Amino acid sequence: MTTQEIHGILDKYKHDKTRLMDILYDIQHKTNYIPMDKVDIIADELNMSSADVEQTISFYHFYSTKPRGKYSICLNNSVVANMKGREFVAQAFKDELGCEFGEVKDDIGLFETSCIGMSDQEPAALINGKVFTNLTTYRVRELIRDMRLGMKVDDMFANTFGDSMNSSPLIKSCVRNSLKRTGPILGQEYIPGKTLKKQVALMSPQDVINELKKSHLRGRGGAGFPTGIKWEFARKAKGEKKYVFCNADEGEPGTFKDRVILTEKPGMVFEGMVIAAYAIGASEGILYLRYEYRYLRKYLVDVLDKMRKNNSLGKNPGGIKDFEFDIRIQLGAGAYVCGEESALIESAEGKRGEPRNRPPFPVEKGYLGFPTVVNNVETLIAAVRIIQNGGEWYQKLGTKESTGTKILSVSGDCLFPGIYELEWGFTVRTLLEMVGARNTQAVQVGGPSGALIGPEQFDRNVCYSDLATGGSMIVIDNRRDLLKDVVLNFMEFFIEESCGSCVPCRNIPTLLKQKLEKILEGKATNKDFDDINNWAKMMPINRCGLGHTAANPIITSLKNFRHLYRERLKKDIEFESGFCLDDAIRESCEFVDRIPNI
Amino acid sequence: MSKPVIATTSLAGCFGCHMSFLDIDERILDLIELVEFNKSPIDDIKSFTKDCDIGLIEGGCCNTENIHILKEFRKKCKILVSFGECAIMGGLPAMRNDIPVKECLAEAYLSGPSTVNEEGILPNDEELPIILDKVYPCHEIVKMDYHLPGCPPRADLIWEVLHALILDVDIDLPYELIKYD
Amino acid sequence: MEKKIAHFTIDNKECTATTGVSIINAARENGIFIPTLCHYEGVKPAGSCRVCTVKVNKRHLTACTTPVAEGMEIEVDTAELNDLRSSVIELLFTEGNHYCPACEKSGNCELQALAYRFGIMAPRFPYQFNERDVDASHPKIYHDHNRCILCKRCIRIIKDEKDLPAGSQGRSIFAFNQRAKKVKIKLDDRLGKELSDELAQKAMDICPVGSILVKETGFKTPIGQRKFDKEAISLDNSINLKAMKEAHHE
Repeated sequence: MTTQEIHGILDKYKHDKTRLMDILYDIQHKTNYIPMDKVDIIADELNMSSADVEQTISFYHFYSTKPRGKYSICLNNSVVANMKGREFVAQAFKDELGCEFGEVKDDIGLFETSCIGMSDQEPAALINGKVFTNLTTYRVRELIRDMRLGMKVDDMFANTFGDSMNSSPLIKSCVRNSLKRTGPILGQEYIPGKTLKKQVALMSPQDVINELKKSHLRGRGGAGFPTGIKWEFARKAKGEKKYVFCNADEGEPGTFKDRVILTEKPGMVFEGMVIAAYAIGASEGILYLRYEYRYLRKYLVDVLDKMRKNNSLGKNPGGIKDFEFDIRIQLGAGAYVCGEESALIESAEGKRGEPRNRPPFPVEKGYLGFPTVVNNVETLIAAVRIIQNGGEWYQKLGTKESTGTKILSVSGDCLFPGIYELEWGFTVRTLLEMVGARNTQAVQVGGPSGALIGPEQFDRNVCYSDLATGGSMIVIDNRRDLLKDVVLNFMEFFIEESCGSCVPCRNIPTLLKQKLEKILEGKATNKDFDDINNWAKMMPINRCGLGHTAANPIITSLKNFRHLYRERLKKDIEFESGFCLDDAIRESCEFVDRIPNI
Repeated sequence: MSKPVIATTSLAGCFGCHMSFLDIDERILDLIELVEFNKSPIDDIKSFTKDCDIGLIEGGCCNTENIHILKEFRKKCKILVSFGECAIMGGLPAMRNDIPVKECLAEAYLSGPSTVNEEGILPNDEELPIILDKVYPCHEIVKMDYHLPGCPPRADLIWEVLHALILDVDIDLPYELIKYD
Repeated sequence: MEKKIAHFTIDNKECTATTGVSIINAARENGIFIPTLCHYEGVKPAGSCRVCTVKVNKRHLTACTTPVAEGMEIEVDTAELNDLRSSVIELLFTEGNHYCPACEKSGNCELQALAYRFGIMAPRFPYQFNERDVDASHPKIYHDHNRCILCKRCIRIIKDEKDLPAGSQGRSIFAFNQRAKKVKIKLDDRLGKELSDELAQKAMDICPVGSILVKETGFKTPIGQRKFDKEAISLDNSINLKAMKEAHHE
């Protein structure tokens, strides 16, 4: 890439350092990495230090200052991928390429990545940002052959594209939507712009907020904050400008609902943003789209263009006077923690995705210091339905404290993985029947940050007051070694995805993982169990949700599957260090060519 | 009643902690009234001749011999004390811990700037203790009951703690005595 | 504008302070010391070390980032909180490679001083011996990552303000790099080379540990006369006292 091209990119973003994510994306996308000499140019042009630019680059999984290869393969390493034969696919990649993960060979890079939102069609990988699902060892050989022939990634797809809009010219992806059960939110017909023009246009912003409050809709990202109240705070907050964000950074392993919503009902998501903007008085909106869903970008941009033409965006959307609102798409670059709203805002400002200290809350001081509402994709489409059918209608769905429906992403050991929209309050058992689960040993409710529950809890209700979930439901049958196959993988996930700011979050998950390994080796004593419980008590002092929940895989499994831990316990022994002398001398004996005599 | 028995040893240490022990000066006369020494460099008793009450361990574990001795101390002593920074965290010998042992050996015997070893002879006689992959703090090998930080632990700290252990009384250590250097 | 006074309690003691000041400063105004490592008076709090964690109306919050408000019931000096603080210090000792006997900052180090204050004889966590490097490539600064506790003081305080357009913020001479366990502080290659003596000295002074040192100095004060040799870290001798005076002076 020439210096001139770099300047071109910088000009495109008006030398605005808050657009650093886009600048880096354009460069990375073009040359597969961001060379250090180019970092210096970016730094000088943006009045930053190079270390500061690198601070952002090095935070994100998909940016690199080292070459990633003409083809860069990122194979998902989630629990669900492992269940579906990832091990064989990974081996096939290594064999075909003759290299390990983390290396680049013959201009083809092989990397691991956290869940890419394809749990219903694993094993899956991103190749130069394009999604390849349902991988097999045979398919891996084909793909590597095609890469060796220098084929374009777009031409490497098999002839069949996915269902619904996935096969549209703007997406052209093999992803399938796996819509298994729709309800009042996803199932009803959606007529673009109708709610905005026929209903919102006749309401005051406060009317909109009141309707939302009446519905008792709570944020669907996981935290469950009442949406109407959030909008009201933002409406009352003082600021020259206000922003509406749609959080499409679903990174919780096992979730993929936002991917499907954005494919099936993108206009409805954007219309939800327009309604939110009208309610709070915002003029700009940003859809923060996780890098893994980059394949949807062109399609989403097209939807936005159509909305502008149809008078649903831009000047006076829906014909509403004194209202102007437009939306841009901000791509992420691979960081689970950016799903946390303040981290997402930091990222959209071109910085590391580190969660902010609160107060102030985003509704007071958010994006660029202006009042900002961040809503989940699912929350926004629910808001459209609420305006369409009334808060009254919505609050009759579900249970008293958990009104409405929940769109679930079901994956793992079941016959029918996919999207299920259900009214809150169903039992885990009902869901398991619905998805064709057999011999179920456990369900991971709400992904790794949620809880691992066993059969004795399958009659619990899924709702905010009992078993809350952001939507990820991973079914695990009795063939699996729960501690080794599931809990260990989840701990590795949290270790990898911590932003590294808070001391406990940066350290405790690693220490707990070491304890778990000791347990798996059969070397743990009661003291190790006490350590786990005591050390995990540090997690609530971390700053953000990731930090608060990063020990949950171990804590909830220790609580609900104590027998699995106990049976590996070393009994009748007070102290066991775990030290292994054979391991400790292996390397030095090898080097000096000595047969150990101990 | 027989006197409490003390044993001491220096593993991967520099004997500085033992020197500090001697720095209790004339109080050593009081100590000898109170206790009996068994295996220790202080009286040059090489092997345990009986079970002991208190074992003081200087230094961490860098080789198989250290591990062997530490485990022997654990068997023979009722109370085991990590005595000094090296016993507690490996100390300066542990500065090699983030370097693979192969690189350390190569630097020491083959490629170091002051190394003359044309035949490339490596220490592999079976009589020699085997170097471990890293230097281990004592409490990561066996259970240690107490830790006395310092490089070396201050003589007053050693005296106060031994005194308390021998007489089995609680102590409140003054701030100045707990130092890591 | 008239400043509003907030009435609140710390460990059941009635206190007052200006509404909106951080709990850590409100406590200081009332003669109560809340230990911290990352906080530095006068710059935006990072809330990254979590040492200043207190409980407000039963919730864990960092005292450096939370403004004091009317009616708050703040817990500071409780067994639970002190144990949490001690745990954080112990984690830092096992995460980095802290060879105190060989460190120039020993005796003047705030991490060590807090460990002394909490009476830590040995950390409860296993030593990690993580691979950390030493960067001595810069003309003035010796940068030892073994000792770094990632408090971000240097990132926030040491800025380059040469040739900047009006209104823009200073460039960061230090910055975070990587994430999760791999996170480390990077000293900018180019700006590091041009660092003034004054800024180099300041970087060393504000570093709570011995990670940033000015070359060819160190071990100046004899053992026994260093800051925390005889006196525990407190309101009267922490770096923040100096910082506070400077901030007020400005």
